[in-house]
Amino acid sequence: MKTHDIEFKLNGEKIKASVKPNRSLLDFLRNEMGIKSPKVGCDRGDCGACTVLMNGKTVRSCLVLAVEADGCEIVTTEGANKNKLTQKLQKKFHEKNAFQCGFCAPGVILSATELLTENPKAGREEIKEAISGNLCRCTGYEPIVDAIEKTAKK
Amino acid sequence: MKLKIKYKEEKKTVQHSDFDAVGKNMNRVDGWEKITAAARYTDDLEFGPALLYAAAVESPYAFAKIKKIDISAALKIDGVLKVVTGKDFPHKFGLYMKDRYVFADDTVRFVGEQVAAVVAKTPEAALKGAAAVKVDYQELEPVLDPVKALDKKSPLVHENLKDYPHVPWFFPQAGTNIAHWRKTRKGDWEKGFKQADQILEDTYFVPRYAHCAIEPHSVIGLYDESGRLTMWTSSQSPFTQRNVFVGALEPFGIKHKDIRVISTYIGGGFGGKAGVSMEILGAALAVSFKGRPIKLLWNRAQEFYNTYQRQGVVTKIKMGATKEGKITALEYTLYWDAGAYVEYGANVVNAAGLSASGPYRIDNLKIDSMCIYTNLPPGGPYRGFGYSEFLFGLESHMDRMAEKLKIDPVKFRKINAISEGDTLPYGAHMNPTGIQEAISKVEKEIKWGVKEKSKDKNKEIGKSLVCFWKSPAMPPNASSSAFIKFNEDGSLNILVSGMEIGQGLLTVMAQIASEVLKVPVSKIRVETPDTDRNPYEWQTVGSHVTWGCGNAVKRAALDAREKIFDLVQRVYCIDKSDLYLESESVRCKTKPNFRLKFSDFVINGIQAEDHTFKGGPIMGVGMFMPEFASAIGDPETGQGGHPNVHYTTGAAGLVLEIDKESGKMKIKKAVLAVDCGKAINPDLVKGQIVGGMLQGFATVLYEDMRFDEKGRLINPNFSDYKIPTAKDMPEKVVPIIVETPQPDGPYGARGVGEHTMIPCAPLVANAVYDALKVRIKSMPVTKEKVALALFSK
Repeated sequence: MKTHDIEFKLNGEKIKASVKPNRSLLDFLRNEMGIKSPKVGCDRGDCGACTVLMNGKTVRSCLVLAVEADGCEIVTTEGANKNKLTQKLQKKFHEKNAFQCGFCAPGVILSATELLTENPKAGREEIKEAISGNLCRCTGYEPIVDAIEKTAKK
Repeated sequence: MKLKIKYKEEKKTVQHSDFDAVGKNMNRVDGWEKITAAARYTDDLEFGPALLYAAAVESPYAFAKIKKIDISAALKIDGVLKVVTGKDFPHKFGLYMKDRYVFADDTVRFVGEQVAAVVAKTPEAALKGAAAVKVDYQELEPVLDPVKALDKKSPLVHENLKDYPHVPWFFPQAGTNIAHWRKTRKGDWEKGFKQADQILEDTYFVPRYAHCAIEPHSVIGLYDESGRLTMWTSSQSPFTQRNVFVGALEPFGIKHKDIRVISTYIGGGFGGKAGVSMEILGAALAVSFKGRPIKLLWNRAQEFYNTYQRQGVVTKIKMGATKEGKITALEYTLYWDAGAYVEYGANVVNAAGLSASGPYRIDNLKIDSMCIYTNLPPGGPYRGFGYSEFLFGLESHMDRMAEKLKIDPVKFRKINAISEGDTLPYGAHMNPTGIQEAISKVEKEIKWGVKEKSKDKNKEIGKSLVCFWKSPAMPPNASSSAFIKFNEDGSLNILVSGMEIGQGLLTVMAQIASEVLKVPVSKIRVETPDTDRNPYEWQTVGSHVTWGCGNAVKRAALDAREKIFDLVQRVYCIDKSDLYLESESVRCKTKPNFRLKFSDFVINGIQAEDHTFKGGPIMGVGMFMPEFASAIGDPETGQGGHPNVHYTTGAAGLVLEIDKESGKMKIKKAVLAVDCGKAINPDLVKGQIVGGMLQGFATVLYEDMRFDEKGRLINPNFSDYKIPTAKDMPEKVVPIIVETPQPDGPYGARGVGEHTMIPCAPLVANAVYDALKVRIKSMPVTKEKVALALFSK
């Protein structure tokens, strides 16, 4: 299979790579770049565990091809760890014991970062809507929503 | 929405202020690792370019004979290195009963069962190879219904049942599909029914459910050139896995010391990652391919159809009670759809058979819990371990009997609720319980007896209150152990093999050690296990590790403290009974100025007057086994043993709003009061309640595994098997903690994890009846069922 050359920014770093056209961004990030925060949960866009930010918008990286990242800016939780807003969210997540097994956490953190970047005063219902594509089986969502609500500007 | 946490204000309970670490809402010790994505799960581990990938060849039939397997085309595919079949591994394995095959023998028994596996250089080549393996089958008539499976004419799923090794508390019925029949008999139920003023008999139906941990199962195995097998597994049970691997790989001469199981963080368990399921393939493939690590990942569909499923059950219940509200007799027969292999699931059936009376004092009792083979995927452990399943019928029946007796259903429960010292179904006696307190608190919280009206005239509001109980189901000698070691700065490492599966075990273990050794939790590290380095733990199941592993950690901490006191006594000639620990130091009651900081001696010892050093690295060792437990009772009555170590009890309440036209339901308020003995970390108990209740509500409101007439699961994904999203949260959840100490628990603690989802199904069914007077007797209680029942009313 012919490969395609792509160039994109990953967590602020310039990446040049040659990828097969059928390779998912998720597979590429995890197995080529060693970026492990996006998780494989369902591989069909249902669970949100593989969420990454693509030009600031959350995408399910299992449904995005690596070639589509060409020219884009991709941010995963590894990169968002340096973002001030993400850090504020993380502090609240920690205080609220918001996650249990933690497998959904990287995806939820990026969805919450996107929401509060675009809508810093997001209310409870908007928060639920924004993370409704990130499945969590442990927490019943309540401490997660509480933490995001606490971070949002009043 | 604000969550309220309530504490028992009883004198029996030790005041919180007496503790430094126990009973405090501490932040999780694994919090930052998970929030920053530093936490590693099994599939995140790197194995370098030598790593090989595997894929399974699966049966398309529920029941068929394998006539021939042709691997030649698969071997020709570029990148395929090896194909392994049942011929290479004709071995059975299992936890409680050896009835499962590494690869199907000459028969496949469920759709998706592994027939062979392909090892290749890439995941793509492995999948291509698996698709190219040609298997000829002779299809057989599948057994899909547990009740029909009892028919004498039914085909037998396992013809050699009589030869299967099993634990002594199982009673397989040779020549039938009954893999185990737990009979519990107490008192004289015929007489009990004669004493009754009302008798109510009915049948309830519970389908199968999937755990849906967001992380799928994964395994990497490496059998190195020296004959050592290392397994990285996403598991709740590393030591049990090691033992089961040894059992299956014995013919290869692999012993316990040769196998090392390493478990990283796991992305949810809920029972689904207990025991051994797909991991056996990882072990077999590794052994068949010396020197290269081999990875096997389950995809989401496989996660649904080839791990464990929660078993379905048909329950027939007959209850008798006097007009005063005393239950005089209960007959409860449970026909479990246990699936193709029951090596673990038969113990679910056993647990339910010992405890299906629920938390009630019933003198005349007859329980038959039958584990029935079917050609559906293997049943197994799922949060609740049989109790959710029997509670649906039992607690639905409690409300219906109360109505027949014209007694308030909450009063009916209070009259019959079990008390400390009461005789349990199998003859032993009940542990301390705060169930009456739990009922009263829930009653108050949902304003029981006050009829509420919806603002919308098309909607009705119903209320319900149910009771629950559950005991850990485990072998009587299931044990825990712990090591504690000090570091130079006085910080601690705790080594246990209880698994952090999200519940907060690591944090709770740190809090227990902190309490004894007066080292702050921030200076304690606890990590997930490696069987070569961490001490033994049976499994992290049954809501028992806070209790069992917690006891071991407490003992290890006390052992370390004793070593510290011995050393200080020896060097300073202070009587050790005068010594105590405070703020990371040793203090003395008789010498107020004496303070010896841990960091001054726990590794490098104490310098004596002659300039020599005494002591050495301080370590503590602790072990725990419930030495009063025994699983051996009379096979015909279940009387005589002490199979269950204790029961955690509680009550739950619901305020449910229902649309009269569409049947759509909204949970206005869910309340759960659980007597966890002592909440080591109340915030984590709250987390179990809020999370467990949503998981429970999902099983009753919409989740449901659907199989077609050929035994194929038709909804193995999250589009067709919906689990709750953030938009499905109840409007309000009120967790209530009751604390009646467990005498043999660490600081009085007993388990709480599973209990939080158990009461949800009857809560919904009873609230629907309260609001609309329609009774749904089969789960799930979907809006469609409610709307149809209203329509045909």
